[in-house]
Amino acid sequence: MAPVANRTVLAVVEHDRGTVAPTTFEALTVARTVSDRVDALTIGATADAIAGDLAAYGVASVHQVHDDVLTDYGPEAWGEVVAHAVRALAPDVVMASGTDRGNEVLAQAAARLDLPFAANCTELRTGGGDGGGDGDGVEVTRIRWGGSLLEDATLPGGITIVTIAPHAVEAGPAATPGAAEPVPFTVRLDRSLGRSVVRGRVEREAGVTLATAPVVVGGGRGVGSAEAFAPLEELAAELGGVVGCSRAVTNNGWRNHADQVGQTGTRIAPEVYFACGISGAIQHWVGAMASKHIIAVNTDRQANIVTRAGYAVIGDLHEVVPAITAEIRRRRRD
Amino acid sequence: MRILVCVKRVPAPGSKINITADGTAVDTTNLGFTVSPHEECAVEAAVQLIEGHGGDATVLTLGAVEAGEQLRYAVSVGIQRAVLLPTAGEEWDPQRTARAITSAIRQMESADGPFDAILFGNESADSGGFQVGIRVAHALGRPMVNGAKGLSIDDGIARVQREADAGRETYELPLPAVIGVKEGINLPRYPTMRGRLASKKVEVASIDPADATSGPMAGAVTGPTTIALRPPPERTSETVILGTGPDAAVAVVDVLDEIGVL
Ligand SMILES: Cc1cc2nc3c(=O)[nH]c(=O)nc-3n(C[C@H](O)[C@H](O)[C@H](O)COP(=O)(O)OP(=O)(O)OC[C@H]3O[C@@H](n4cnc5c(N)ncnc54)[C@H](O)[C@@H]3O)c2cc1C
Repeated sequence: MAPVANRTVLAVVEHDRGTVAPTTFEALTVARTVSDRVDALTIGATADAIAGDLAAYGVASVHQVHDDVLTDYGPEAWGEVVAHAVRALAPDVVMASGTDRGNEVLAQAAARLDLPFAANCTELRTGGGDGGGDGDGVEVTRIRWGGSLLEDATLPGGITIVTIAPHAVEAGPAATPGAAEPVPFTVRLDRSLGRSVVRGRVEREAGVTLATAPVVVGGGRGVGSAEAFAPLEELAAELGGVVGCSRAVTNNGWRNHADQVGQTGTRIAPEVYFACGISGAIQHWVGAMASKHIIAVNTDRQANIVTRAGYAVIGDLHEVVPAITAEIRRRRRD
Repeated sequence: MRILVCVKRVPAPGSKINITADGTAVDTTNLGFTVSPHEECAVEAAVQLIEGHGGDATVLTLGAVEAGEQLRYAVSVGIQRAVLLPTAGEEWDPQRTARAITSAIRQMESADGPFDAILFGNESADSGGFQVGIRVAHALGRPMVNGAKGLSIDDGIARVQREADAGRETYELPLPAVIGVKEGINLPRYPTMRGRLASKKVEVASIDPADATSGPMAGAVTGPTTIALRPPPERTSETVILGTGPDAAVAVVDVLDEIGVL
């Protein structure tokens, strides 16, 4: 729907020690569909430099908050800042990206304001005849069940607090850039809010992760044991990929939860996903469905994963997987 | 040490989620029920804390009387007490839910003393609201971190580990604290025979949630209100069966070649 004049969106910029989270630009892209006035809020002095990146996305003003408590991320301190900003700036819509931090901060802010909060929206329809009807309430579409279901819902009138589900839209710059004018925003934060600020961090080692790997070789209950994952590891290594698994596998203690694909695991989007001995329960599928190509290996032709995959091999994974690895090696030799 | 863990009864659908004819709810015909894996891990974390420190743990849910099944599951794996906030089974919005749980916690704490830690799941499996635990923590004035993948308590501090894009973060929350647990923090145990017996015998205490959500405590604005549930658009593709057994390897590698990942 067309943006509504006289409406303002306040977008909370997610960043980590000054590095902006890319999904923030997706939220800004959605913000522009709601209103022609989009302002941003950056929290902590390390985020000041981000203002320059926001102009391209049509941001008018960037409210910048500095405080000793804000040297690193802290859910309560950030939520308190957002609540102050909402009271002072009275935006119609408050928006962030539906990441761990984005959902947490806006929930903290909504709790402080005692206002509703809708997490992981894919769309907002405001003020129009197709929206809340009376032009006051807001209609949203949001994801439930980790993405297995969409919900159309109404939020009461007043200030709307939402996060935008990551990857619901593609981030795109505005037709006309905004001024992204830095404006200091002063709040007095209680020192006690420092109690939930990050105390320390062990940096992640560089390397291919489940979320970014070009090839994922997934194994399910059909693999049968921790040891029986060795051939899957070999196939993954051969293709520069990593091994993933279903919850049946983590529940059995065969693999670490870090390898789990699905609603309560990782969402993957590789070029190729091998689903070996996995039935394709909805909670697994929702984490795998963004894969470009899915090759199922299953003894059961009727398995849900087989009917949903682009390709399938009917057979015992313990025979099929090593045969695939051997065939790849044979071709590379020739 | 006193621990409270809050869970939600949800249907456990298989290969797809069916919607009722009026389009506003999950059709639970023939479905079993469960709690979110995050909450299973929160229950396990509570049991481990009690094993390590002594004391007792309570499980709480707001829901239909059938949710007693999920409370008993928690008792079967080592939780001592169970509390139900009974509803007629309709979906409560997050603000109303949080108000009712906060009020119940106040009642329990004034009777038996404060909880050192209150655990929630990171988000519920069905509605994925990401907020009830945070709202309860704020109402109680307690520190809260969601997404906990590690938790230990020492010297009045809850040390929480959580995964961020850049690495593994540590938080140190002074007790009493509220923590949202994520799957992967531990490996939930299965019920033992003794646990099953305990779960049959446990008396489920009941706290009426209505008082907390009517009268002066009731806020004017609540939501979201569901209009319709629907499955996301799905790309449908005819599955190409590449073959049967190890002989299919040649066809598989042809496909890999075509896609360009060889
Ligand atoms: C709220 C909630 C959240 C959940 N989140 C997740 C999640 O994030 N990720 C997840 O994976 N699950 C999740 N689950 C669990 C999910 O519902 C399924 O239980 C799980 O995905 C099943 O794993 P599986 O496919 O490995 O096992 P099964 O369903 O038991 O399937 C095993 C498959 O292996 C095949 N098979 C057996 N032997 C062989 C063989 N030798 N060769 C080839 N094929 C063989 C069988 O035909 C079958 O299709 C969640 C559940 C709930 C309720």
